[in-house]
Amino acid sequence: MKPAPFDYTRPRDWSAALAALAAGARPTAGGQSLGPMLNLRLAMPETIADLRHLPGFGVIDQQRDCVRIGAGTTHARIEDGAVPGQVGAILARIARNIAYRAVRNRGTLGGSLSHADPAADWVTVLPAFPGHAIALGPEGERRIPLGCFVTGVFAVALQETELLQAVELPMLPEGTRFGHWKFCRKPGEFSKASACVLALPGSAPRAVLAALDQRPLVIDDAAALLAAPEAEAARIVEGLRLADPWREALARVALRNAAQEAA
Amino acid sequence: MKLHLTVNGAATALEAEPRTHLADLLRDQLLLTGTHIGCEHGVCGACTVELDGAPARSCLMHAGSCDGATVRTIEGLVDDPVMALLCEAFSAEHALQCGYCTPGMLMTARDIVLRLPEADEDRVREELAGNLCRCTGYRGIVRALLAVLASRRRPGSGDPDSPLSGCLA
Ligand SMILES: Cc1cc2nc3c(=O)[nH]c(=O)nc-3n(C[C@H](O)[C@H](O)[C@H](O)COP(=O)(O)OP(=O)(O)OC[C@H]3O[C@@H](n4cnc5c(N)ncnc54)[C@H](O)[C@@H]3O)c2cc1C
Ligand code: FES
Ligand code: FES
Repeated sequence: MKPAPFDYTRPRDWSAALAALAAGARPTAGGQSLGPMLNLRLAMPETIADLRHLPGFGVIDQQRDCVRIGAGTTHARIEDGAVPGQVGAILARIARNIAYRAVRNRGTLGGSLSHADPAADWVTVLPAFPGHAIALGPEGERRIPLGCFVTGVFAVALQETELLQAVELPMLPEGTRFGHWKFCRKPGEFSKASACVLALPGSAPRAVLAALDQRPLVIDDAAALLAAPEAEAARIVEGLRLADPWREALARVALRNAAQEAA
Repeated sequence: MKLHLTVNGAATALEAEPRTHLADLLRDQLLLTGTHIGCEHGVCGACTVELDGAPARSCLMHAGSCDGATVRTIEGLVDDPVMALLCEAFSAEHALQCGYCTPGMLMTARDIVLRLPEADEDRVREELAGNLCRCTGYRGIVRALLAVLASRRRPGSGDPDSPLSGCLA
């Protein structure tokens, strides 16, 4: 249960971080997913580049109609209300149910999204937002719509030479509705099923179903689901052809409950 | 690598491999064996210490990442008034048996008392979910925490040094 030897670097600016990445270093933020993988030797990088000391890494910047959340923002700060507005209230509710406070004090939004565990909470919730992941690479900044950032199980749209710098979310107009439901047998463990629905006035509601053995299912127009949660959830989940009837039932309930809350 | 830590108030210079985690550094180099190691993957909470002012898993912080950090372990809280209340309540409520989970449990308990003074039983149980105890079944631990929370909410108990006596009836 001890990591294989590795070197450690602590880049002080983003170009040094990108250079370390180009030289093959594995980035780390809170270490709350990479740490266990190192201890279990599921990851054996030669060098680790610690992103926590980069300028702006954990900065939350409210602009006129959006909020830019630095990738290094911890779950605990979000839980404690560091993100303003209704979007902040939604994120705070989600953050509080990620892992345990001692893990939330170190684990970051960006680390969680980059890691892309199929059952992770930000992986379930962020794809519902009409926002962007801001990637930084040798050619500069690239904006990736959140709905297509996670591309598979532990796979994301970042290139090997890119870092996740921030997540940009719109400030939510009055009348926005949100629903979320997840199932854990014990508080703080990764969910066995999770879903969320975000409905902004004047645009098609979006739904996400996650904790599957595949990338999260993003439903770009979930109007039918909101109109008939029970029947639509059953139809959508049936289409996934999940092998395990227990997981199938949980997925159906997650999607239905999230839709009922947002309806 | 060389690294600098402030441990229980004292500046400390250490030499360690970057892969060594903080729990091993504390136990093997500084002989602070109050911090226990259970699972080494973040699940059990036995290794919980205060890192830069907030609880964290010392098994998940490798030497490199904690260079420059301020750490408080269970040994560093002997004079802490909240910890004194918790220790007394843990003893009165039989909140430990073998004691393996206890240092981590107390670090988490202290955070709950300070951060969530209004916590009720459901919230206490939720917040304790990240600390596993194989002996007690948790009831004594929950009761001990509720007793300390109640004692601090009682009018006139603004003084954190006030004795716990009377609140465990
Ligand atoms: C006991 C336990 C229980 C948990 N339960 C939950 C849970 O219920 N729900 C949940 O969602 N999560 C859970 N987690 C995971 C936790 O949320 C982590 O904080 C998160 O997955 C990773 O964030 P991190 O900052 O610690 O990233 P790290 O562990 O430092 O990194 C994770 C991965 O992302 C990469 N990375 C990190 N930052 C960047 C970046 N800016 N750009 C590019 N790549 C990057 C790293 O190279 C690594 O591959 C749990 C963790 C533990 C230990
Ligand atoms: S030893 Fe660190 S959480 Fe179990
Ligand atoms: S007292 Fe034995 S593990 Fe908790």
